[in-house]
Amino acid sequence: MKIAVCIKRVPDTEMRFTIAADGKSVDPTGLKYEMSTFDEYAVEVALRLNEQHGPGDVTVVGLGPDGVGEILRKALSMGVDRGVHLTAPEVPFDGRVVAGALAEALTGQGYDLILFGRNATDTGAGVVGAMTAGRLGLPCVTAVSHLEIANGRGTARRELEGATETVEFPLPAVLTIDEGIARGRIPSLKGIMAAKKKPIDTREASLGAPAIVVDRLAPPPDRPPGRIVGEGPDAVPELVALLRDEAKVL
Amino acid sequence: MPTATATTRFTGVDFYDFDRLLGEEERAIRDAVRAWVDEHVMPIIGECYVEGRFPAELIPQMAELGVYGANLPEEYGCAGLNNVAYGLIMQELERGDSGVRSFASVQGALVMYPVYAFGSEEQKRHWLPRLASGEEIGCFGLTEPDYGSNPGGMITTARETADGWLLNGTKMWITNGSQATMAIVWAKTGALDDASSIRGFIVPTDTPGFSARDQKGKLSLRASDTSELHLQDVLVPGDALLPRSGGLKSPLMCLTQARYGIAWGGIGAAMACYDEAVRYAGTRVMFGRPIAQTQIQQVRLADMLTEITKAQFLTLQLGRLKDAGTMTPFQVSLAKRNNINMACECAREARRLLGANGILAEYHSMRHMANLESVYTYEGTHDMHSLILGQEITGLNAF
Amino acid sequence: MAAIFAFAESRDGALRKVALETVTAARRAADATGGGEVHAMVLGGPGIADAAEALGRAGADVVFTVEDAALARYSPEVAAATAAAAIADGDYRAAFFPASAEGRDLAPRVAAALDRSLLADVTEFTFEGDDVVASHPAYAGKAVATLRLSGAPALLSVRPGAVTAVEAPRTPRVEARPPALAPAEARVVVTGLVARGAARLDLAEAPVVVAGGRGLRAAEHFGLVEALADAIGDAAVGATRAVTDDGWRDPADQIGQTGRVVSPDLYIAVGISGAIQHLAGMRSSRVIVAINRDKDAPIFKVADYGIVGDLFDVVPRLTEEIRKLRAG
Repeated sequence: MKIAVCIKRVPDTEMRFTIAADGKSVDPTGLKYEMSTFDEYAVEVALRLNEQHGPGDVTVVGLGPDGVGEILRKALSMGVDRGVHLTAPEVPFDGRVVAGALAEALTGQGYDLILFGRNATDTGAGVVGAMTAGRLGLPCVTAVSHLEIANGRGTARRELEGATETVEFPLPAVLTIDEGIARGRIPSLKGIMAAKKKPIDTREASLGAPAIVVDRLAPPPDRPPGRIVGEGPDAVPELVALLRDEAKVL
Repeated sequence: MPTATATTRFTGVDFYDFDRLLGEEERAIRDAVRAWVDEHVMPIIGECYVEGRFPAELIPQMAELGVYGANLPEEYGCAGLNNVAYGLIMQELERGDSGVRSFASVQGALVMYPVYAFGSEEQKRHWLPRLASGEEIGCFGLTEPDYGSNPGGMITTARETADGWLLNGTKMWITNGSQATMAIVWAKTGALDDASSIRGFIVPTDTPGFSARDQKGKLSLRASDTSELHLQDVLVPGDALLPRSGGLKSPLMCLTQARYGIAWGGIGAAMACYDEAVRYAGTRVMFGRPIAQTQIQQVRLADMLTEITKAQFLTLQLGRLKDAGTMTPFQVSLAKRNNINMACECAREARRLLGANGILAEYHSMRHMANLESVYTYEGTHDMHSLILGQEITGLNAF
Repeated sequence: MAAIFAFAESRDGALRKVALETVTAARRAADATGGGEVHAMVLGGPGIADAAEALGRAGADVVFTVEDAALARYSPEVAAATAAAAIADGDYRAAFFPASAEGRDLAPRVAAALDRSLLADVTEFTFEGDDVVASHPAYAGKAVATLRLSGAPALLSVRPGAVTAVEAPRTPRVEARPPALAPAEARVVVTGLVARGAARLDLAEAPVVVAGGRGLRAAEHFGLVEALADAIGDAAVGATRAVTDDGWRDPADQIGQTGRVVSPDLYIAVGISGAIQHLAGMRSSRVIVAINRDKDAPIFKVADYGIVGDLFDVVPRLTEEIRKLRAG
């Protein structure tokens, strides 16, 4: 199958995370970047589909500044065949603009599947996959946690609140990948060396004007300091009393 | 903004933007091995250590990752990495455990390297891909019960017969010995006082007369097999000889390769201990405040960070020299001596910072502390490296 | 006067709690922008029109009911086309969706159909002239982004639990509408819906979540967590990633950065140390209780109430005390 996977470069939030002096962006000093977790799952899904269904071709598409090349090569080192880097000084917060640029790059390429992560781990909006599908006029299933492809059709599972939904769809289609199918593989050292020989097509992203702008980025409000009610089971009656009378949640 | 941000996974130590001196592949390789260690070594290593078991299930995984002989050429089934990338692999493996790193060091630097450097083309084509894939596991037989720091005195012999070479002798402190399917055995082909007659042989461990026995009662490197090899009238064919090996210099060249990796490994072990110490100090509350807020622990942490940072730059330059082909064995001695001593200090200070918890296998510092005593001693003891450097400085041999 | 659109989510013929939250959000938006009408839309199988009364009680002035046997299950393409057509046809200042599993699927489809931007998964919002300014937790919970969306209609999806449903009763005008796309034409079809752990409330809906971590030491000890949830009654059971990775619980139960994000009234963390990834999934809970034997565990930093102790002693006692309270 010919598969495209759209991947995003996001700050590694495990590392230092500081809000910049402008109060609306992340301070890049000392920041390290990685492929968004769900996008890594999507890459893995693409690779496994082709391992199961015979040879195919997987393209990764990333949008953003120079550093995006590094996460594209990470995907190539995992076994992806080629990359497309849509250059842009930054990734807009407005998913509609991102979807527009991706759709333009993906259209008419004959992909059987276009995969996304469920959401990016930085902005966490989870809108670009479905919006891109809308632009391309393709069927779309979001937050897929299980997937089977056979005879040009797919069956996906989605985890809802308290229930699991089964969805059927025809190919070509756009899917966004949730936890549950596959974790990204660790690239082998040979894979890393091979990645630098694989092609990356670099061209400018055509971004429209965003309607959403970031006014402010702030640390989450501190929770008021809690208290240790006590130690061991003897503290339980007091806890229950506090939950009933003070917090009023029981 | 404190350098020590709370993270759930190991993110290395980088106080001086060291990463900027690394190429993208070098970082990618380090990160891949780091992720593998997190996923496959960290969850089991404490238990393996307590049980005194080498995690053999990791052997094929490391092969798949491509760590064995990773700095040897691709045409022999290896990854063809530069020596800095190779060093970073050793750093990450030893962040997990010195025993795991030792396994990879032996397979790569002490078994694959001599086949590559001293073997015939036929030997290279036969053995290297099999060793890279983990299909064959090697060990390195140089040290003997009475000849440790003085390997030139060895009494293992190889006598040429009509059917091939007949080997006799005993080798001791052999990492991977009982796991190995083949051994590189060093033996004298001439008189016992003639160190120039030392040659290397490839000996399949199922050859009659070859036996290996694990050394018991180790209080260090417990997640690693250390064995004694006995060779009694072991007959190997004529083409078991590594044709380009000759004299004590050959095994010493192998040791230089291994020590280079060990120097990097020491940084990994020290990072693991520092990382654990920082986390622990930040969350352990005593007298109403985290122990990180006490002067004595801050001094400990500052010392560790300083020494790790110095070692990183020293060792990176060593790797760049090795890649340029100008690295000397003396420079390797300095790095091995410095880094392992530094790692021993970090491990001990980290263990102390952890208080009583520090003696539990659930934490890593004491395991590293005990491991590093072996690393301090093997591949040229700390003291021997002092003498190697002393000789290089003064021109006078004090051995 | 521009109106506000609200998508009322239903499942199995019944409104979901988030439907009322969405209408409350829309009501609040209408009141903040001059007191226009709230138009709620509900899709479902025959009989779903009965939901109109409840939507009116929550503040809907108009309820569009879209009844079709083929809509007994969610049909993403039909729902998107029908909601988009309604929004395009009306004069709407804003349209609200829930950021539930269904709403997260639907809202970007509607936005794409209308070629509008979407403020997704917001926790607060205000109207400022032509703009909507909304809060959205980002960067794995390490930051809150304040986003500004210009133009009308503004599309928003609201995090479940971020708005508490309140009554603003009125008798709605009910208007039956046909689906804007014939269900038979839909390419993406939901063919099955299986409830998990039928007796248990869902994580996103339950006012109380009891979650277990590695401290439980083995899968079978989750019985302690289940028993506590049973004693509380309206509680759901969740888990940390370590626990779902180990296969002790279904991956769907995972709370955290790569799992579910919940904000119940009461969150009880049992044997959970409080890794940042887990906190990202629960720190917006109203009241957090932590039970952990390590008094230095990071979970205590976000907990309102903590008990330091062996969960195997504390949890059964808590279950017993709550049973007494419930009985008494």
